[in-house]
Amino acid sequence: MQSKRLEERANTWSPGFWAAFGGCGAVLVLGVPILNLLVPPNSAAAIPDYLVPLLGKYVCYALLALSLDLIWGYAGILSLGHGAFFALGGYCMGMYLMRQIGARGVYGNPLLPDFMVFLDWKELPWFWWGFDHFAWAAAMIVLVPGLLALVFGWLAFRSRVTGVYLSIITQAMTYALMLAFFRNDMGFGGNNGMTDYKDILGWDVHQPSTRLGLYLASVAALGLGYLVCRFITSSKLGRVLLALRDAESRVRFLGYSVTHAKLLVFTVSAVLAGIAGALYVPQVGIINPSEFSPGNSIEIAIWVSVGGRGTLSGAIVGAVLVNLAKTWLTGVAAETWLFVLGGLFVLTTLVFPHGIIGLFRQARSARPRRAAPVAAAEEQA
Amino acid sequence: MVLMLLAAALPARGQEFATFLAALRADSFADKEQAVAALGKLGDGRAVAVLTALKDGRLLKAPDGRVIISQPPNLIDPMTGEVVPDLTADALDRVHINNRLRGAIEGALGELTLFSADPAARLAAARDAVRHPSVDGAVLLEKAIAAEKEADIRAAMQQSLSAARLLSGSKQEKLAAARALGTTTDPQIKNLLDQFRAASESDPELRQAADAALASIKHRLWLVGLLANLFQGVSLGSVLLLAAIGLAITFGVMGVINMAHGEMIMLGAYAAYVCQQVFRAFLPVGWINGYLAAALPVAFLCAGAVGVALERTVIRRLYGRPLETLLATWGVSLILQQTVRSIFGSPNREVANPSWMTGGFDLIGGFTVTWNRVCIIFFCLTVLAALALLLNRTSLGLQMRAVTQNRPMASVMGIRTARIDALTFGLGSGIAGMAGVALSQIGNVSPNLGTIYIVDSFLVVVFGGVGNLLGTFVGALFLGIVNKFLEPVAGAVLGKIVVLVTIILFIQRRPRGLFAPKGRSAEAEA
Amino acid sequence: MNTPRLPAEPLLYLNGVTVSFDGFRALNSLSLIVEEGELRTIIGPNGAGKTTMMDVVTGKTRPDAGEVFFRRGTDLSRLDESEIANLGIGRKFQRPTVFENLTVFENLELSLADNRAIWRTLFARLTPYRRDRIGSVLARIGLSEQGGTPAGSLSHGQKQWLEIGMLLIHDRTLLLLDEPVAGMTDRETEETAELILDLAKDRTIVVVEHDMAFVRSLGAKVTVLHEGAVLAEGSLDHVQNDPRVIEVYLGR
Repeated sequence: MQSKRLEERANTWSPGFWAAFGGCGAVLVLGVPILNLLVPPNSAAAIPDYLVPLLGKYVCYALLALSLDLIWGYAGILSLGHGAFFALGGYCMGMYLMRQIGARGVYGNPLLPDFMVFLDWKELPWFWWGFDHFAWAAAMIVLVPGLLALVFGWLAFRSRVTGVYLSIITQAMTYALMLAFFRNDMGFGGNNGMTDYKDILGWDVHQPSTRLGLYLASVAALGLGYLVCRFITSSKLGRVLLALRDAESRVRFLGYSVTHAKLLVFTVSAVLAGIAGALYVPQVGIINPSEFSPGNSIEIAIWVSVGGRGTLSGAIVGAVLVNLAKTWLTGVAAETWLFVLGGLFVLTTLVFPHGIIGLFRQARSARPRRAAPVAAAEEQA
Repeated sequence: MVLMLLAAALPARGQEFATFLAALRADSFADKEQAVAALGKLGDGRAVAVLTALKDGRLLKAPDGRVIISQPPNLIDPMTGEVVPDLTADALDRVHINNRLRGAIEGALGELTLFSADPAARLAAARDAVRHPSVDGAVLLEKAIAAEKEADIRAAMQQSLSAARLLSGSKQEKLAAARALGTTTDPQIKNLLDQFRAASESDPELRQAADAALASIKHRLWLVGLLANLFQGVSLGSVLLLAAIGLAITFGVMGVINMAHGEMIMLGAYAAYVCQQVFRAFLPVGWINGYLAAALPVAFLCAGAVGVALERTVIRRLYGRPLETLLATWGVSLILQQTVRSIFGSPNREVANPSWMTGGFDLIGGFTVTWNRVCIIFFCLTVLAALALLLNRTSLGLQMRAVTQNRPMASVMGIRTARIDALTFGLGSGIAGMAGVALSQIGNVSPNLGTIYIVDSFLVVVFGGVGNLLGTFVGALFLGIVNKFLEPVAGAVLGKIVVLVTIILFIQRRPRGLFAPKGRSAEAEA
Repeated sequence: MNTPRLPAEPLLYLNGVTVSFDGFRALNSLSLIVEEGELRTIIGPNGAGKTTMMDVVTGKTRPDAGEVFFRRGTDLSRLDESEIANLGIGRKFQRPTVFENLTVFENLELSLADNRAIWRTLFARLTPYRRDRIGSVLARIGLSEQGGTPAGSLSHGQKQWLEIGMLLIHDRTLLLLDEPVAGMTDRETEETAELILDLAKDRTIVVVEHDMAFVRSLGAKVTVLHEGAVLAEGSLDHVQNDPRVIEVYLGR
């Protein structure tokens, strides 16, 4: 009898997978524009213009959840710094968008963003160089979170900081970045962050068509991100990651460099988070230091948990569902949201450790098969 | 002896007082200035009220030649201090003053209050005299010093006298004054010495004396700055330590990552708030100072009970799964925050210091140590000592250590491990609650009070070395002091960032903290 | 039964190795030479430093003093675990540690002699040759039927075998086995002894063991450790007659 996972491995890039992937993609790529543009606005099935950026936001969150699942669900590393990578990607995009405003700001300064004029700065700081070009900004969106993850991860993994210790220092990193970005003299808009964007690549960010374009770009990024994650987790590296989640030192004695393995996925994961942040900013129209707050990073973990950690589709499902609930509840009864969110944290860890996807699989395999011991054992800290 | 002379002179001076008072009616500002100066030198207490009124524009001229003080709604005769019934303020002219006169009045007032019956006023006057040193002032100060019985007031007067002599004394007096002034930290005196140095450029001896005094002041100022930073650092360290001690038990000893630890602190702070409100509403006014005595046990029990409940319902099921514990307790922290917000509302609540904890004392040269900070330092040491005793000297502590070190063995020996777990966790949470009471004394109480301390607390425990009370103590103090010494150099926020980054790097050098256990047991965990 | 070998190279060379934990000397100036192709058993009472010795050789613990060389001139004390593993030094732990969430097949796949650079693992393909190799090892350790089961659901003895299989498939030059028969039935112990003797034909093996019957069945040179240093060395009969050994270990 071949194992379930071996079957899955055989099916990794099977026609069946591509059909499912293509199907989901088509629904997201075609469905939303059709419902938005072609269905009459007064119809019940129509997606009004204002909902498009909201959907785009969920897609960005899904990509962010995917990035955390790669490192937490597969390698067992609970990073509480992914909110920071997300925000850094967002700031890179925000800087590009600020430069696009040009002389249309409140102070009408062609070179300096409003907040710099307000602070009486005379010239752009050196790190703003190049951000008027999209290509440069795009490179930075990948490089800044990636390099930070590379350096931070190299320091941490090399000295074998694991388990909760790693969680705590990534949280401290996020916290330090938040304090830094709150400062006005950092040159990132301080408390208020950056907002009042006008154009992206020449298109007006407020136009429904631009927003639809941004949504589609987010879906494309999510699809690519999913394929990258699937490629990694189904490769031999994926097995190395699962192995090091079980028994890290044993992997070392087999001759694999645990440091390199963790570093690679940590960096890839941070880059994905950064891209998610960059796509998020033009759709919500603002980036400010509160994106760095430690609570945000922990919340990502709960999206992944709710969907089912260690499954890529689970991360996406969880992110979308939790955020739908958040949007709905904060509208209906704002004070109950924290109770619900807190309850989700407790319930998913205590009662549903494998999340929605886990429940789904359990229901499907309840009849003939014995329950496969999915990713239950936690790495010993 | 001087005192006796002064007493004998009193009747005569009564006459003079009336004369000078009448002279204030003069039209010429120069005459008035003379009268003011004369009143100042008289040393008559009644002149204080007259000069204050003059300064404030409340001194009026009565048509009958008297001078009247307007003290709405009354008019008062300064000679007798009694109310004048037969006049209305509207009918009288004001005694006008100009800026020059105003300066003279202030000088005279300063000199006058040197003889006031109120020691605080005398002290204030003695300090004030530094600001306008003069030859006449020196004479008056000499008199006052001779009459003064309280040592610290006399010292202040002496200082002012030195300041006066520095500008107007003989060369010998100047040299002595410069030497004496070197022992202060007052920026006023430093200015004075700077002026003095500039003025005595021609005389090398004087210049040398001025330089020596300035150098000595500079040294003292540096010392005061050092002490101030040190105290503030220790104070911050004690706050961090209080926040972290409970965590040192739950995380350090039990290995439980409790992200709701900050909320235990927050609950304690609200317990203090509730106790204060209850005392205000139901108990006699005089009892309010005692609310802290009730708040400490209430906070300990409240937070401890929540802790025990949390352990029994959530944490127990997650032993050995630290990352899940982290997430579940984070969820609990959100719930606790929102619960408190629903009950008390989101705005900050103020908890007042009991009167014996308000204020502070001047340590040296303008650096004030506040009582609430001092109390917190002592409180935190007390808690730490009590905890160390509990862990090392009692049977409960022995059982706690036994369970955390070798659970199966402890349970074989008849220790009810589940109960000990709950108690240990309750103890850690209860201490966090008491920390909350302490923190309510130095800041406002709000539902997200706990989130401010959670990152810091974890860093303190990890930095000091997990499972090590001494490490937590050293770690907290070290971080507090480093933070405060960085602040003047780098600013508060940047200083904090520097500290955070340093700790992150440090943990990577020594993942097991400052006081890391070494050995096979420690390595087996990795 | 051991025919004298040709003048052998020292494969593993420990000289004056000292490791202390909080004042306790786990290894006290330990010197030990293991020659190429040798099968060596190491015995000693609890706390004699057997496991610590293995920790030092495999890079888990750094010695406070002394030198550890592999072949000529490779200083093991400067390398980390994965680098040492890639030199061809394999280790089996006291407690069986297999990857519980991976299948038996995948456990062996990770242990295949292969380029272990992480970047390569991303693009590694399971060629038919490798698949066959895994299949033959599965057969050898008697787990052909269990190839697809998660390792976590194997019995204790099967886990021990899987772990030996993981060493086998890697073609290591030097194997360090820490109590390979702990918790095994008599029959499993016999089979393990045969397997080890078989393996010893073409590689060097160091076995740490408590079970005297098992040590006797290996019939190899024995080193007795005591308080972190070598107490005696020679055939089992020789060391069993050494009065010092009897006093500290066998005569209890």
